[in-house]
Amino acid sequence: MARFLAPEAFSAATEAISLLPFNFERTGTQQYLVANMVGDFIRLTEDEINKLIDLRATPGDGLYEKAYSAHLITGSNQQAQRQLLALRLRSRMSFLQQATPLHIFVVTLRCEHSCPYCQVSRQSTDRSRFDMSEETAMRALDIAFASPASRIKIEFQGGEPLLNFSLINTIVSTAKVRSASLGKKVDFVIASNLALLDDVVLDFCKSNDILLSTSLDGPADLHNKNRPRPGANSHELATTGIRRAREVLGPDRIGALMTTTEASLDRVDEIIDEYLQLGLDGIFLRPLSPFGFAIKTKQFQKYDAKKWLSFYERGLRRVLEINRQGTPFREFYAALILTRMLSDRPIGYVDLRSPAGIGLGALVYNYDGSVFASDEGRMLAETGDNAFRLGNVDRDTYESLVLSDKLIDAISSSLTQCAPECSTCVYESHCGADPVYHHATQGDALGIKPLSAFCARQKGIMGLLLDILENSPEDAAILRRWVS
Amino acid sequence: MTLPLYGTASLSAGFSSDKARSVIRLRAVDSIGERHASDFGLVKTPEELKRAAESNWSSIFVVSDSSIQNEFSESFERQLILVPRKFDYLGDGDVLGFDHSSRKFRTLFRRNSAHNSLLVTERCNNYCLMCSQPPKDVDDRWILNEIKESLSLISPETRALTFTGGETLSDWEDFIGVLRQCRDRLPATSLQVLTNGRAFANSQIVDAWRDIEHPNLMAAIPVYASVDSTHDYIVQAKGAFDETVLGILKLKDRGQRVEIRVVLHALTAPIIAETCQWIARNMPFVDHVALMGLENTGFAVANDAMLWIDPMDYRDELARAVDLLAAAGVNVSVYNLPKCVLSRSVWPHALQSISDWKNGFVDECDRCYERKTCSGFFTTGRPRFSRGVHAITS
Repeated sequence: MARFLAPEAFSAATEAISLLPFNFERTGTQQYLVANMVGDFIRLTEDEINKLIDLRATPGDGLYEKAYSAHLITGSNQQAQRQLLALRLRSRMSFLQQATPLHIFVVTLRCEHSCPYCQVSRQSTDRSRFDMSEETAMRALDIAFASPASRIKIEFQGGEPLLNFSLINTIVSTAKVRSASLGKKVDFVIASNLALLDDVVLDFCKSNDILLSTSLDGPADLHNKNRPRPGANSHELATTGIRRAREVLGPDRIGALMTTTEASLDRVDEIIDEYLQLGLDGIFLRPLSPFGFAIKTKQFQKYDAKKWLSFYERGLRRVLEINRQGTPFREFYAALILTRMLSDRPIGYVDLRSPAGIGLGALVYNYDGSVFASDEGRMLAETGDNAFRLGNVDRDTYESLVLSDKLIDAISSSLTQCAPECSTCVYESHCGADPVYHHATQGDALGIKPLSAFCARQKGIMGLLLDILENSPEDAAILRRWVS
Repeated sequence: MTLPLYGTASLSAGFSSDKARSVIRLRAVDSIGERHASDFGLVKTPEELKRAAESNWSSIFVVSDSSIQNEFSESFERQLILVPRKFDYLGDGDVLGFDHSSRKFRTLFRRNSAHNSLLVTERCNNYCLMCSQPPKDVDDRWILNEIKESLSLISPETRALTFTGGETLSDWEDFIGVLRQCRDRLPATSLQVLTNGRAFANSQIVDAWRDIEHPNLMAAIPVYASVDSTHDYIVQAKGAFDETVLGILKLKDRGQRVEIRVVLHALTAPIIAETCQWIARNMPFVDHVALMGLENTGFAVANDAMLWIDPMDYRDELARAVDLLAAAGVNVSVYNLPKCVLSRSVWPHALQSISDWKNGFVDECDRCYERKTCSGFFTTGRPRFSRGVHAITS
């Protein structure tokens, strides 16, 4: 039975191998982090990467096997390697098939809080000027229902949207009628500080299956310092509201977001414990965005990406410790990034997309009828910058907004796939364009990435996650469970 | 113990010579319901012989050691087959293929078994180092005809049926005709087709497969490594990896069900975690992954020195592999390995996968608490046992 052939008979000749696209970054002496076209990471030594680029890898030398499995090389005549990459890329980008699933209605800009970091520049008076009219709301609904996504989400924002609760009522009932007649599913979210939450609002949320999203910055003193209101009881109202909402609507029907201020930087453990005590299943550790009062009051400048990253790392390690002690609890930003790093599921998260999520991911209808490409876009407009104002509900249609030169320019000029620094970045597959941030901080939708705090934070977080995945098996197992 | 599925009749009568083979179905002598031309009354005792005569059976199949053969030939005008006692396992509803001149027969279908598999051909375009059914380059297209005849005799209540080879798609047009027949005759039966998947690189064949539209059809396709040269060496066919992977992608692109199978031996087991990591990342959409202990028969015996690895020596790698797939949401099972050589984390995935006719246990198993839910061992070929085999008593 000597008819079996030796392994060498099945090796490709060197000239029959081709390189597939990959990015890499030097991570230390002789060490490289390499990412294939869909962001799978492997580590190679300098010697290995040089051999690979010279196509001097051969079956049996270990390098060939490593590089082939990671889709860095293919047999020149083979199809499967390329087809696998194509398929995975298609899956990762398939969020593009659901254009504009999110529609944000700024039903009022009024708010009874007076937060110095307010990114939307809330107003405190004059109902007639800063509330959205019913007429504007109905036109905005026309646009929302004209978007191609088969399922849309309507999010009520402010100001404090519950100050214009009657309009929310009208929008929800009208949207439901349209949803039924058009066969387009619609979900609702109210982003509220919960200060005005009462039984009427809760019953309304329950009967219309509406999610609540609120702000909780941490323990009472920190939260109340960040979020002043008459009576200095923002924390009490928020936590009471969260408890009530969990009771009435169910534990998964309310989420909370925190914003990091300078005062938060040393207190991440306490902030996390606050979320844990309320029975919430995770926390979203969020930096301040460079918009609105956050700029005016100089809140934004008070800490840099490096400080924020060390805050984030301490927080993530605390969250992992909580998991190791037996309580499942997530850090939601890590969960988003991990889903990108460890799966090919399309992530619609607006800031982590390229092409950017502005317009294609979300449209924002401001109280006065102007339409913005993102929530941050309208924040800029409140301080006089109309770069992301796409039009007005009175004059525009879904098509005229999404096909506007302004939007197309911003999206096409910010693609990470071809931007300097981004296109060769080892983390590119898992990152996003965020043109609004770069416009706000650098006056340019593309931005110079080495100067970008967004870039520094992204690289920092992904590097941290990779380090844990590779070097801490117990924590890695926890992180893998967060992949949704 | 191994059930004898092949044998030679000690006596046969009444078969014409213008047809070389017949497919016959055994029926209990008292069975009511319509008799098919292929039905034989099944007789194991003199009592049943009497009842067969009373019920006007014109064809009978006798399981008996042959001292009383004369009685039979006188009593029945038409057809008779007599087989030795060791085929006592045969029962009502079973289907056999019978060769008239040589009197050789093969059990094709056992109604009471959950493990019915039909061999489609012995030809194959792979030549796997561990093949349990070594390929032969012969014209065996008669087998497909025999299968076509059998299908109309198989109970529509059959839960599962496997088609195996050789490469089942060697004559793909004919074979797809057989699967269409299954769609019409056995729509409630879950069908599993073992194939190396290379044929599916051809879009015409995948389209034909999709068009069968059997409600429960699965292609079970081996992928032995994430690297072309390793896989190609194991299956002894250059270019096989590319075709197989492409085939899987084309099947899934058309919404067809696919199982990936990895046979564990010294060339695949040490890298099983890497292979499964690759499957989890690149093909999490497959319907099932089966990681299978080696059946030490056929080429596996000839290549024993190259292939044998004690399952204890890949136990941790296997546990990691299962964990990686499960974490990615991929449905994974471990076949053919007894629980005592598996990490406990793998137990929930370990199935009793060895076909009943070639499944056995060792003495040590008698006092094992897990025996009832354990795969046990193959009895075929030259079984090799792990040093880790021991009774689990806690």
